[in-house]
Amino acid sequence: MAKTMFEKIWEAHAIGEGAHGGLLYIDLHLIHEVTSPQAFEGLRLAGRSVRRPEHTLATADHNVPTDGTAAAAQIKEELSRVQVQTLERNCSEFGIPIYSLGSSRQGIVHVIGPELGVTQPGMTIVCGDSHTSTHGAFGALAFGIGTSEVEHVLATQTLPARKPETMVIRYVGELGYGVSAKDLVLGTIGQIGVDGAVGHVVEYAGQAIASLSMEGRMTVCNMTIEAGGRAGMIAPDQTTFSWFTETRRPGAPAELERAIERWAQLPSDPGARFDREVTVDASALAPQVTWGTTPGMVAPVTGRVPSPTELEGPVDPSTAQRALEYMALEPGTPIAEIELQRVFIGSCTNSRIGDLREAAEVVAGKRVAKGVRAMVVPGSAQVKAQAEAEGLDRIFRDAGFEWRGAGCSMCLGMNPDTLAPGERCASTSNRNFEGRQGRGGRTHLVSPRMAAAAAIAGHFVDIRDWEVA
Amino acid sequence: MKPIEVISGAVSHLDRADVDTDQIMPKQFLKRIERSGFGRYLFYDWAQEPGWDLPANPILVTGPNFGCGSSREHAPWGLQDYGFEAIVAPSFADIFYTNCTKIGLLPVVLEERHCRALAAAGEGQVDLRAQEVRYRDPAGQLVAVPFTIDAEVRRRLLEGLDDIALTLSEHASEIDAYERARADRQPPLPCTSAL
Repeated sequence: MAKTMFEKIWEAHAIGEGAHGGLLYIDLHLIHEVTSPQAFEGLRLAGRSVRRPEHTLATADHNVPTDGTAAAAQIKEELSRVQVQTLERNCSEFGIPIYSLGSSRQGIVHVIGPELGVTQPGMTIVCGDSHTSTHGAFGALAFGIGTSEVEHVLATQTLPARKPETMVIRYVGELGYGVSAKDLVLGTIGQIGVDGAVGHVVEYAGQAIASLSMEGRMTVCNMTIEAGGRAGMIAPDQTTFSWFTETRRPGAPAELERAIERWAQLPSDPGARFDREVTVDASALAPQVTWGTTPGMVAPVTGRVPSPTELEGPVDPSTAQRALEYMALEPGTPIAEIELQRVFIGSCTNSRIGDLREAAEVVAGKRVAKGVRAMVVPGSAQVKAQAEAEGLDRIFRDAGFEWRGAGCSMCLGMNPDTLAPGERCASTSNRNFEGRQGRGGRTHLVSPRMAAAAAIAGHFVDIRDWEVA
Repeated sequence: MKPIEVISGAVSHLDRADVDTDQIMPKQFLKRIERSGFGRYLFYDWAQEPGWDLPANPILVTGPNFGCGSSREHAPWGLQDYGFEAIVAPSFADIFYTNCTKIGLLPVVLEERHCRALAAAGEGQVDLRAQEVRYRDPAGQLVAVPFTIDAEVRRRLLEGLDDIALTLSEHASEIDAYERARADRQPPLPCTSAL
């Protein structure tokens, strides 16, 4: 019988389907400082050990300063310092490899997994972080879990699991000039809603997906959770295989050719049945800008801030009204006239080398607008080093951007990188929730190129009209 | 985990859709390494808005897609520590729903009209064994609305079972067997300790 990619991976990892429900075996468990301390404490209290420390990998990302602080002991803020040091101590006690602050491999957990080559097609991957869906870009089944489940995976290398429903989003047409993976996924969430994929594992398909780089695919899968999806997946193909063949990755399989033969069997079989099918016209999408406080409140850059009463699509009018009040936006305002005080280029959505290259191309030879504070936060120490080797840091600094150390930074503002109340920010991150980047801060989600152009212009601009120096 | 049977009492109503876990438990409180004491930080920013009123009742009724966004279990920890024992909504985000069931905070999916009727009644009962929510309609008639929940999740909540203990006692040999069979049929998984 024809199977979906999800079914193939699920069946290869399912253990027991008895009356009491089955287990799913976990191939790779990524951990970080924020959602793991209570899980380790639970293990200690019960006298349990970590079953597979060699299939577990830790890094410090959510809470780390990006000001060049070189070690956990030097973190100025006490709670943050204690949390990162607690992770280091837990990893040491339970034998888990860790890349903490100061390591040349430290970085956002969803950036370093693929970068090191430990994220591979066909695997099951979990992490106590909702954006674990990112790893699905490689044709893996990857999803976020809570701290109780982190503890369960540490102790058993499995999770109790019921098979979720499946959904395919098929894109017709290709993305137009200047329209990126970020615009593709924001446009999709705008159409299906922030709960449009709840309960489902989503497979993204179509030419617009096949044409994306691995980095673009990670951006798309990353934001699956913003549509409520359990996981997002993209079939492995030559682009995927090249990720491993063209760059030396320490975690890559020893016998790469044989691995690629196996990976090539993963894509959904022709005629495989999904529980739901959605079609989105990729060619109709313009660069996107969110105007509200959920990622589904989004409009083309050529559009206007909508009136709550005239909304089309899945956004609820009263929720939209509240969002506009929070965002201090008047219906009818052209998106391109929205002025900004801050710009953030970073996060597990858009902080990889390809994202930084695109942004650098836009800002090269230009200056950040007066009154705008703009920062670039590379996704990992390796991305930072690569960008510096290419001279991208120089381009950003010359244009007036701050060039920071690796971490989650202002995506969620757990470290000192935050918005002040009322500040408006163009951000390449994934969530524009109230207060996400700082209490009272106003976040507009955009692509790296759109964020870069907004920093130069001081307001949103249609990147398709941008003239590169 | 404390076994759950029937949760009875007054109802608090948070009439908002798509409430994300950043609102339920803002990021600044995620730096704590403890598991308890999160109740005082619940809805920290919203609680400072004029007119905010969310008493610590046994039952919370709220809008669709409750708990969307971040996977932080600190959100259910805060709701439970604050005093809520059951959350009734038209729908929940997946990770949040699972997180609630892991700590014995009962998530109940009811159609929006029943959610609103329960909120209007001001008090009610969530009966996990009978799988129904009971409240009085405006005429004083007792209404019982059935809800569905995964049978195994229900069993664990009713008996207050610990997932990890259960997996280790019931499935340890199966996990061993799985790992052995897998090692025979395919190359090793990436080894994080040998990078």
